[in-house]
Amino acid sequence: MALLEIQGVTRRFGTFTAVDNVSLAIEAGEFFTLLGPSGCGKTTLLRMVAGFDLPDEGRIVLDGRDLADRPPEARPVRTVFQSYALFPHMTVEGNIAFPLHMSGTAASEIPAKVAEALEDVRLVGFGKRYPNELSGGQKQRVAIARALVTHPPVLLLDEPLAALDAKLREEMQIELINLQKQVGITFVYVTHDQTEALALSHRIAVMNRGRIEQVDEPSRIYGFPRTRFVADFIGHCNLLSGPVTAYSAGVATLDVAGLGPVRALASSATIGAPASIALRPEKIRISTSAPADTADNLFRGTVHDLLYMGDVTVYRVKTPRGTQVEALLANSQSGRAKFFEAGDAVEMSWSPDAGHFLAE
Amino acid sequence: MAASKRERLAKWTVSGPPLLYLLVFFAAPTLIMVLASFRSPGEFGGLAPFVDEAGKVDLNLESWARFFTEPVFFEIFVKSVWYATLTTLFCLVLAYPLAALIARSPRRYRDLLLLLVILPFWSNFLIRVYAWMIILGPNQALARGVNAVLALFGHAPVPLLFSSFAVLVCLVYVHLPFMVLPLYANLEKHDQALLDAAQDLGANAWQRFWRVTFPLSLPGVYAGAALVFIPALGIFAIPDILGGPEDTLIGNLIKQQFLETRDWPFGSVLSMVLTIAAVALAALAATIGRRGAGGGGVVRA
Repeated sequence: MALLEIQGVTRRFGTFTAVDNVSLAIEAGEFFTLLGPSGCGKTTLLRMVAGFDLPDEGRIVLDGRDLADRPPEARPVRTVFQSYALFPHMTVEGNIAFPLHMSGTAASEIPAKVAEALEDVRLVGFGKRYPNELSGGQKQRVAIARALVTHPPVLLLDEPLAALDAKLREEMQIELINLQKQVGITFVYVTHDQTEALALSHRIAVMNRGRIEQVDEPSRIYGFPRTRFVADFIGHCNLLSGPVTAYSAGVATLDVAGLGPVRALASSATIGAPASIALRPEKIRISTSAPADTADNLFRGTVHDLLYMGDVTVYRVKTPRGTQVEALLANSQSGRAKFFEAGDAVEMSWSPDAGHFLAE
Repeated sequence: MAASKRERLAKWTVSGPPLLYLLVFFAAPTLIMVLASFRSPGEFGGLAPFVDEAGKVDLNLESWARFFTEPVFFEIFVKSVWYATLTTLFCLVLAYPLAALIARSPRRYRDLLLLLVILPFWSNFLIRVYAWMIILGPNQALARGVNAVLALFGHAPVPLLFSSFAVLVCLVYVHLPFMVLPLYANLEKHDQALLDAAQDLGANAWQRFWRVTFPLSLPGVYAGAALVFIPALGIFAIPDILGGPEDTLIGNLIKQQFLETRDWPFGSVLSMVLTIAAVALAALAATIGRRGAGGGGVVRA
């Protein structure tokens, strides 16, 4: 049995359904992420687990016990808030000791536990400071230490890194991964940032309009999106749609408007049914002349525009019939910063296993 | 450097008139009063000549000695501090829930509720004090009701009017808005996320109040306490109108010295004592307030 079970939970605000019949099973020790655009219901779901909101339908079960009639202060889960929510009138130590005082921990044990928590988040020596004397990253760590000090079974993190700048965010991501490994506590993490979700999580639940679109490991979410929404939301993706015109030996052929017949691996396909192929930009090869080794999925086009991003360049290639396809090339070859210029005629190609077939 | 000269000129143009006003109408009178407290009363009131016919300068400690040697004056001073303290405490206890209620009510009602708090200011102070005379009068429902209940317990009837009770009730009534407003201004700014965090970390409603809301509201409490305590300490109209003979406070004493006894030097001594006490207490509150706010972290009035 999973540590945290969300069973058919629905939450409505008036006529708006924020969370729509969501079921999830989160295992002990897991780093689990709820990922979705703003308004998809992920924060509402988190607040229901914390107890700040109650489901209209369904149950939330922690360690075999239904949490329904427990107010937030009586739930063993802890939350790290996006705004940190540190008590400004208490020192770092005072903040971290707060939940210990609330749980009636013996006063003699508190200093050692606070010191341990400070060590966990690498803030030794900051105990006597007040929150307004800390940087954003330090505040975030105090918030995490405060939530972890009582060793809760589940830690809920609501976009905890959203307020930090990009560089610090990356550092904190690595620290979060290490910290989670070290303390072994189940993390339920809410974010709208797909790279963050991919980098941090053991498993990701992609949410859209209150529903779960897909629950999977990051590499499967990225490589094998199950729905158009997931394919589109996670990373960049070319979605090539059209009716299935042929299916044999595990390869489906779609007639994509503006492009032509596109072949992709598919476990099953119905001829005539509409379908899509999700194709990551980095899976497309572009070259000045057609490569010799493949006859599949070869299309001619011209570079319409390009985005030079340092490590990679994104090319938007326009086919003669007006369809745009995004291709991404690493700038790893020495001596050249860019491979093509706008207006260059190029050949695009990809093998049938590069795209991911999505039946509609 | 021309710019900085112009800036200086602008600064003095703006701050000069109020500064001058304070010098003429506050600093100078205070100095006159300090000086008066060391002089002798005149034969027919006021002050004796500063330099008499014999050329002797009139400067002495007699009025100050009188304050410290005749215990009745110090007793009245202590009683005034006590009344002001009680007023402050009652105001705090009544104003806190009210301010919290307003701060947590929907935004569109807040201005209306605040308006209701300051509504009494629209009528004259003395009229409001006289109104209490009617409310507490012996033939009114309140006094009759109280005495009827007392009679059930075999207690003799008590007068509500012309008593310490009447003075305190009116002191609290008059000063309540001065406590509500700074408390509201503070509580209104509190971040709900802090209370959510406290609850999430295991704090029940009482703990959330006592450990988060109340300590964060201390700057508001101190501001309100100062705004109530200091005027309550010097008040004379309320004990004059609603008090009994025992309810003479230092404000009444000062008024007596200047208007009835016409002993200006002693009146000045009493005024100085009152001023020094008020300033000392305000400084003390400010010091505690700073320390309570924690490392200068959150000074939100």
